Amino acid sequence: MLNKELVKALTELLGKENVLTEPEDLMNYAFDATAAMPKQTPELLVTPRSTEQVAGVIKLARQYGTPIYPRGSGTNLCGATIPLERGIVLMTLEMNKILEVDPENLTAWVEPGVIIQSLNDAAAEYGLMYPPDPGTVTTATMGGSVSMCSGGLRGLKYGVTKHYIMGMEVVLSNGEVIKWGGKTVKNVTGYDLTALFTGGEGTLGILTKLLVKLNPVPEARKSLLAVFDDLDKAGNTISAVIRGKIIPATMEIMDNTTIRTVKKFTGADLPEDAEAVILIEVDGYRETVEREAAMVEEICSRSGAVSVTAAKTDEERDKLWLARRNALPALAQVKPTTVLEDATVPRSQITSMLRAIRAIAHKYDLPIGTFGHAGDGNLHPTILTDVRNKEEMERVHKAVDEIFEAAVKLGGTLSGEHGVGLGKARYLPLEFGPAGVEVLRWVKEAFDPHYLFNPGKIVLRG
Amino acid sequence: MSIYSDFRLARDEIYKCMKCGNCQEVCPLYLATRKEVTVARGKIGLLEMFVTGEAEMTAGMAERMSYCTTCMACNEKCPCGVRFDQILLAARAEGARRHGLHPIKKTAFTMLRLQRFFNFGMKTGGKLQGAIFRRVEGRDYGARMRVDLGLLGQKKVFPRLAEKPFRENRPTVYVQKPKLRAAFFTGCMINYFYADMGEAVLGVLKHNNVEVLIPEAQGCCGTPAAVNGDVASAIELARRNLRAFEDCGAEAIVVACSSCGSAWKHSFARLLEDDEVYGPLAAKWAARTYDINEFLVRVIDYDRENLGRIERKVTYHDPCHLRRGQNIFQEPRDILRSIPGVELIELKRPDRCCGMAGSFCIVHPDLADKVLAQKMADVAQTPVQTVATGCPACRLQLWSGLINTGLPQDAVHVVQLLNESYEKAAAH
Repeated sequence: MLNKELVKALTELLGKENVLTEPEDLMNYAFDATAAMPKQTPELLVTPRSTEQVAGVIKLARQYGTPIYPRGSGTNLCGATIPLERGIVLMTLEMNKILEVDPENLTAWVEPGVIIQSLNDAAAEYGLMYPPDPGTVTTATMGGSVSMCSGGLRGLKYGVTKHYIMGMEVVLSNGEVIKWGGKTVKNVTGYDLTALFTGGEGTLGILTKLLVKLNPVPEARKSLLAVFDDLDKAGNTISAVIRGKIIPATMEIMDNTTIRTVKKFTGADLPEDAEAVILIEVDGYRETVEREAAMVEEICSRSGAVSVTAAKTDEERDKLWLARRNALPALAQVKPTTVLEDATVPRSQITSMLRAIRAIAHKYDLPIGTFGHAGDGNLHPTILTDVRNKEEMERVHKAVDEIFEAAVKLGGTLSGEHGVGLGKARYLPLEFGPAGVEVLRWVKEAFDPHYLFNPGKIVLRG
Repeated sequence: MSIYSDFRLARDEIYKCMKCGNCQEVCPLYLATRKEVTVARGKIGLLEMFVTGEAEMTAGMAERMSYCTTCMACNEKCPCGVRFDQILLAARAEGARRHGLHPIKKTAFTMLRLQRFFNFGMKTGGKLQGAIFRRVEGRDYGARMRVDLGLLGQKKVFPRLAEKPFRENRPTVYVQKPKLRAAFFTGCMINYFYADMGEAVLGVLKHNNVEVLIPEAQGCCGTPAAVNGDVASAIELARRNLRAFEDCGAEAIVVACSSCGSAWKHSFARLLEDDEVYGPLAAKWAARTYDINEFLVRVIDYDRENLGRIERKVTYHDPCHLRRGQNIFQEPRDILRSIPGVELIELKRPDRCCGMAGSFCIVHPDLADKVLAQKMADVAQTPVQTVATGCPACRLQLWSGLINTGLPQDAVHVVQLLNESYEKAAAH
């Protein structure tokens, strides 16, 4: 039961409008964007507006032994923000200031509640950008994105969130505030805690300020779409582009199920019997882009593409991207429940992984559309189902198990960009073995011995 | 069975939502509050728990359903194609069935049903308004409440009530060799507040050789009742209006209010789905109802020759129920661009809700103000003299916002500018 004294103390600390206690306001936080997860309603929700307030909340929570579940926009895909043991949801959305954009050091300081796109808009005024671009760029917060180390479409050339976090301010489980990292490119002073907290999924501390690295916006970009009637040819093309010493910003793939679904819902101009389409975008200086685009086009044709289309204008680019942009929306419309995984393999294994997923779909008689970031080996097998159908959901869970096994067997990982959260915690021994999982527990307990932060995620109590 | 009478029909729509949260990007209330309960995903989450039996439809849950302007921005954004407005209407109806209506709303909707009584009240109001409202200085028809009735707040600026309702003793507008006979459904706002808009509609139709009938028995379109879950009142009003127009002998219905237009085109048929007599009538008239912008551009191909010059920079605010409700956004822009001298300068986000949303701004005035503030910030950045729109409700909201923000612009309906242009040409 919720302690009335705790509510009173939190209300005094934050003000009444920043403490939600009514069940109808709290049930909205029992879930996030993850399908087929258990729901749990928190006991209360707080919206602190400063580091001091966050520290105050943590001290009170510790005093009353109530867990804290940090949350931004709640758009993650592994159940990372579900308040499994109830307690307090600490929502960062009211800490949403862009504190500084520093064009000389190519950095920005932001608060955790800043929406990623807002940072991009602010950086654009200086001709800069924040390269990580998860699909939720217009809704997700920086705090959430850093905690989940989100990826996106530009991973191949630009890397992912962890490559852009230079420092941070964190409130620890004892209520102390530390600052780590800084604006220097080089920094080997002490352990790299910044790297540890990035992708920490809110289990180690609460991020209150973030120092990010910015890049200049590339001068030009060019997109090409290649269609293949054979999966091997598509796979070989991906390898051939990389072997050709070209690093595209984006190299995306869609399988036949996805192609047919997208065609049905958007009328996109794609051949129904295509086994795969690859969408490639190169960016950089205008001259480089022209040269690389020509090379990519040549490689695609030589590797056996049925057709290659290069966009000459922005409208043509939008047309090429239509299918990829609509991949998930189209798949999501087929059935009520969309189970979206992100098993990832070395890019040389993309073709094998696509085949493995197809075999699993066949075995469990489930529609699985696969699309994803071929350039970095990150695939999104998307299982279309209905959470109300118990028998089918059992098959879905078995299929997910086998997808994970296949990825690990091919030298890959359970999760490329969505994270572990609630969804994958039980699969960790598959990748790390018992000793590896134990190390995770050491780290967790060193920072958060009482399991105050996001309990039930990544590391389960020993 | 319709979503209004049976909440279970909304279940499949609820299960379509994959909780991605993309609606957060566009929801005006979420952007103003950053609380999940205000956005479609949050409310769908609540309703899903109601459907599965994990939660009751408590009075509190029913109350949470009031946090929506029904702007449908989420519908447009949703990757899964969820029609959240339909879910919400079903939920509000279910809430009203279980917990009754708010007493103020109950009285208000009863008034709307009793058209004669309502008309008398509004007329009396027109005469007594000096006692209730204080005029806004420097504006000829704006007024604020003198006292806070604990409902509207004293901030909102209202146009003065017409001393005589627009429809009163209004004969048919006859023209020589009419192109078409149209019936004008005025809606309450034009009838009681914005007679100038009504005159403009008649002016442009007459100029274009359209005979206009104004059936006397018409009443409120019922949208306020329907969107608040008072299904019985909404059905009664729909039937009354269908009766009034069925017998008038017009070939088409013209409306100049986005909500009234949506009611005739969509809601009547849905409300009367099980009604063997009125259901088919609703479907028939739904196909013959036109927003005035649509009517001018698509049906009668309005006269673009005899237009007088208006030197004015104008922007256009898209009413939600016109753009997303009826897919009309090109037509009003076409009309504005056709007027010589008018320069159309777009707002940053012309289709962002203004926060009026009928009774929403009465129930949640602070929230409506926050949404409006964003619109006013957009207007302030746009170098124009006039904000044009396609709905009297938006006009009221915009206009109140302009005055309270201290912005010099005026807010008008597109047809008022067109009518002004015709009049200028005629005067030459």
